[in-house]
Amino acid sequence: MSASTTLDGTLPVAGVTRSAARIWAGGLLAAAAWLGTALVIALLPDAIEVGRTRELAGLAGLIGLALALASLAMPWLGRPGTHVRRAGPWLAVLPLGLVAWELATAKFALLPLPFFASPQGLLEVYLEDWPRLGESTLRSLWLLLTGYLLGASAGFVAGVALGWSRAIGYWVHPVLRLMGPLPATAWLPIAFFIFPTSGSASTFLVALATWFPVTVLTWSGVSGVNKAYYDIARTLGASQSFLVLKVAIPAALPQVFVGLFMGLGASFSVLVVAEMLGVKAGLGWYLQWAQGWAAYANMYAALLVMAVMCSSLVTLLFKGRDRLLAWQKGTVRW
Amino acid sequence: MVSAALQSAPATGMAVEIQGVSHAFDLEGRLLPVLDGIDLKVAPGEFVALLGPSGCGKSTLLRLLAGLDQPRLGAVLGDGAPIEKPDPSRVLVFQDPTLYPWRTVRANVALGLEARGLLKRQSHRAQQAIDTVGLTGFEQAYPHQLSGGMAQRVALARALVNDPRLMLLDEPLGKLDSLTRLAMQSELVRLWQRSGMTALLVTHDVEEALMLAQRVVIFGPRPARIVGELVVDRPYPRHRDDPHLVALRREALSVLGLAD
Repeated sequence: MSASTTLDGTLPVAGVTRSAARIWAGGLLAAAAWLGTALVIALLPDAIEVGRTRELAGLAGLIGLALALASLAMPWLGRPGTHVRRAGPWLAVLPLGLVAWELATAKFALLPLPFFASPQGLLEVYLEDWPRLGESTLRSLWLLLTGYLLGASAGFVAGVALGWSRAIGYWVHPVLRLMGPLPATAWLPIAFFIFPTSGSASTFLVALATWFPVTVLTWSGVSGVNKAYYDIARTLGASQSFLVLKVAIPAALPQVFVGLFMGLGASFSVLVVAEMLGVKAGLGWYLQWAQGWAAYANMYAALLVMAVMCSSLVTLLFKGRDRLLAWQKGTVRW
Repeated sequence: MVSAALQSAPATGMAVEIQGVSHAFDLEGRLLPVLDGIDLKVAPGEFVALLGPSGCGKSTLLRLLAGLDQPRLGAVLGDGAPIEKPDPSRVLVFQDPTLYPWRTVRANVALGLEARGLLKRQSHRAQQAIDTVGLTGFEQAYPHQLSGGMAQRVALARALVNDPRLMLLDEPLGKLDSLTRLAMQSELVRLWQRSGMTALLVTHDVEEALMLAQRVVIFGPRPARIVGELVVDRPYPRHRDDPHLVALRREALSVLGLAD
């Protein structure tokens, strides 16, 4: 039940858009912008030697046609249609950015080469180097997920223990205070020396980077629980384990998710550094490799993939939070 | 609205005895006395109000009776046995409903059953308790969707689901608006009458004490000691303008040193 739902189950009347039933004029504008961009890319001669110009023009043209179709079919598109509509201004501005980029690089060569790649350069990377880029992405993802899950679980357990048990707090707290603030990347030389493989060393570093914020915020969440919640549960006959599992942890969950979010950010940066320095696979390695060969288009292509990957993982985390913390009102939307 | 939930329960009131109880808080090494030589006997099924100025230590007394704290001196007895730890037969209702915001109304009410591992076999008791406090239909609502009065009803249902024999009420109506408060006062009397449990109500509202309780025990300022006692020998439902109650009210105020 969402916060805006009233108690008798009716939804509050939203501003129902009457224009939803008509053709989407803004969409036609965006379609025109994409088609115009396609024409500029296709018709203006390239100033530098680049491939895949026709493919790029074709892609822009396809997007333009799809948008034009969607604009005309808007009355029948229902809910997905409203999502597209909301993205309308972005869809109209993006082709302008693309055409500016295209003119500055491929068409008039205004930006110094080879540091600034052209749009078709990026497209070329995706079309030709996708097996290597794909494998790198999968390896990064695997390393990130294993390290993150290990670190997050260890941090969660440590945080609950710290918040709950004075004896555990006595031993863990000093370690946390000394080791926690140290950037996980500082462990890099030692980790690659101690661990048998560079993969396990990187997993450890990602886990370590995740562990600290998750531990601290879980801990603060558990210690911040309203003491009356415990009194209530105790008078109702709750055992110690009930107090931990059914009172302390659910009450601390909003804080835990802040920790998980911060841990995810920390794990991204460690991942890239670990892959650049020690591992022979992954997006960080790909970046390093591309730079070594002055293949800047490959670098931008990998950066874009990395951005999409990180953003998707954060989205996933927030979706999970929204499901678990549906009882909260007024949470941040991602 | 009336359900058989509480009539069918074999809940008889608990006899309560407080013997020479003194208590103090430890504030960074300094002792702050809050209770001073309290002696009180409450008969099974009796409704007693503990009346006194705010912050005089009445709530501490309820915590001792709930078994959440131990007195520094003296003894608290339930049915003749020392009260040493919390027990589902003695429930506490606070001024704040303190519902768990992540649980629906039903899950909040079922807390006691769940804590004692009875949820599977006796989940119908949660529904009965919800019906008893008049919240039928709100089972799936979350606490932030409830008004203050409704939230306090949920807190009452959560306490009632255990069939308590002693109900400790710590200014449970203190934060409600005056109209809700009047409605909830009669509700409390009705619940107490049907269940046969012993009830102790902490309040600083003279009128509320006289409307609800059979006996009003008056406390002085901190450290609290008993300074007077009134027997309210009037049938329920009572009326605010009953001349007998008006006279008792004047008497209570003069004991508290507030008569003009």
